[in-house]
Amino acid sequence: MHINAFDRFHFHDSFIHRLDPRIKVVVTVAFILSNAILPDGSWLAFATAWLGLLVVNDLSNLGLGYSFKRSYIILPFILVAITAIFSPLGNPLAEWDLGFVTLIPTDFGLVRFFSVLTRSWLSVQMAILLVATTQFPDLIHAFEHLRLPRVLTTIIAFLYRYLFVLTNEALRLLRAREARSAGLPGQKRGGKLIWRTKVTGSMAGQLFLRSYERSDRIYNAMLARGYTGHLRTLNPHKMTRADWLVLILSLFVILFIQFVGWVR
Amino acid sequence: MLLAPAPLHIPDGFLNLVVSLIFWAATVIMVGLATSKTNQTLGEKQVPLMGIMAAFIFAAQMLNFPVAGGTSGHFLGGALAAIVLGPWAGILVMTAVVAVQALLFQDGGLLVMGANIFNMGIITAVIGFGLYRTVIGRNKNIRLIVAGMSAWLATMAAALLTSLQLWLSSTSRLALVVPAMLGVHALIGIGEALITVAALAFIQETRPDLLDKEATASSGGRGWIVAGILVSLLAVLISPLASGNPDGLERVADDLGFLETGSSKPFEILPDYTFPVLGDTAISTIIAGVVGTFILVGLLILIGRNLRKNRKQ
Repeated sequence: MHINAFDRFHFHDSFIHRLDPRIKVVVTVAFILSNAILPDGSWLAFATAWLGLLVVNDLSNLGLGYSFKRSYIILPFILVAITAIFSPLGNPLAEWDLGFVTLIPTDFGLVRFFSVLTRSWLSVQMAILLVATTQFPDLIHAFEHLRLPRVLTTIIAFLYRYLFVLTNEALRLLRAREARSAGLPGQKRGGKLIWRTKVTGSMAGQLFLRSYERSDRIYNAMLARGYTGHLRTLNPHKMTRADWLVLILSLFVILFIQFVGWVR
Repeated sequence: MLLAPAPLHIPDGFLNLVVSLIFWAATVIMVGLATSKTNQTLGEKQVPLMGIMAAFIFAAQMLNFPVAGGTSGHFLGGALAAIVLGPWAGILVMTAVVAVQALLFQDGGLLVMGANIFNMGIITAVIGFGLYRTVIGRNKNIRLIVAGMSAWLATMAAALLTSLQLWLSSTSRLALVVPAMLGVHALIGIGEALITVAALAFIQETRPDLLDKEATASSGGRGWIVAGILVSLLAVLISPLASGNPDGLERVADDLGFLETGSSKPFEILPDYTFPVLGDTAISTIIAGVVGTFILVGLLILIGRNLRKNRKQ
């Protein structure tokens, strides 16, 4: 499997791609924070935020619909927010008798539900844009500059580096299981559920030991190459005037969104 | 492929600011402690090890097994990581996993990442390791059984905490979300427990040195036993209260002033609102019963152990 199978980075060159990763991290977090603060039902502010997203989409040469097309990822979680529709606050809109339970959707509940949904949908799009325009090692380096503990960023860097290696290892295990689980079409193959979990558990154990022993070899190889407990990067990460300008401008836009949301 | 919808990864927007920040604060404290502890006790060699273990958790989540009707069991790994690597290292590993899931795959949000790490990394480590720590001197079967139970309980506690956070943010209604989450995760937790047990059994056979008494005892002190049992008890006490009698819990939270902190007015459960299929009896009572039994067994083992120790002296 190629590394790109997971990586959400897009090899384009654009204004947003060239920005300092720190700026992108700070603006993304500020944008998500701003969405969280906006009051329920401030549709004009949500629309302004979405407009901002479209501008970033356009500036990063990914196409206007790029982040929208990938935002389906929050769909499974909508299920837990659906219960908000039946909030007892507000005026009832209808009454659905399902036999074992009577559901009463209210206007307050509907506004709450769609606000949660919109906030989540806007926030996830910004995060999608962040990783689509920033290489992951640069992202980790930005977090290091933003004073995240060194141990943590190094662990994350290793996780990223070996994610693909170990995923390949897992795929090999899965392929081996497939190959050993021959069966006739239409007939049951393999053992009972307990047997199947036992096989999967042994695979997890096997994967664990292979990873554990691999980390030993990796550490020795790193020591041999002069590892001092610190990962380096060739990217200088210097803030230019354009970076500062974008930061200030973006924060102003976010303040404006807040203004639109709170002043009616 | 890696993006199996895990209902525990809360996206941004589902928790309000106050709840997000409270759990970020708790997570920062715990991760900070874990960082300094691992810096003290482990050499720089442990850093690549933990990174690769985090990648292992990631890859192991791909190993699914068919259960029935097209659904499949998955593996979360928090309890296993805490048992094999020790609780502090387990917390760091799961923090890295949750962070990368959110950053690289948008599986879980950034502002709510504190809550996600707390649910999936810290609670699972406290329960998983804390309960396992009580039986480290025992024979293999008892240890495996307790490890499996602690993995199941850790999954349930994570689900419970997730639903409580959603409720405190007034995103979900308590009477609906708690039984639904606990019901689903009672099944997911069984898969988690079975894989944890099978993986531990395999490691026990091939590398017993990783699981021997001294190795486990040195990775986390006795405080973890207390913390593990306390958190488990708390989960067991809250879950029947939350699913059977949500009004009670809501009143407690109201008295403590929790609900005013939310950005919008909290939900008040209608007095005639009933959800007999999920809310009142069947699932919640069964869950409470199973959890209670398990805690009782754990306490008995603990008491028995201490009694025997006293007799020796």
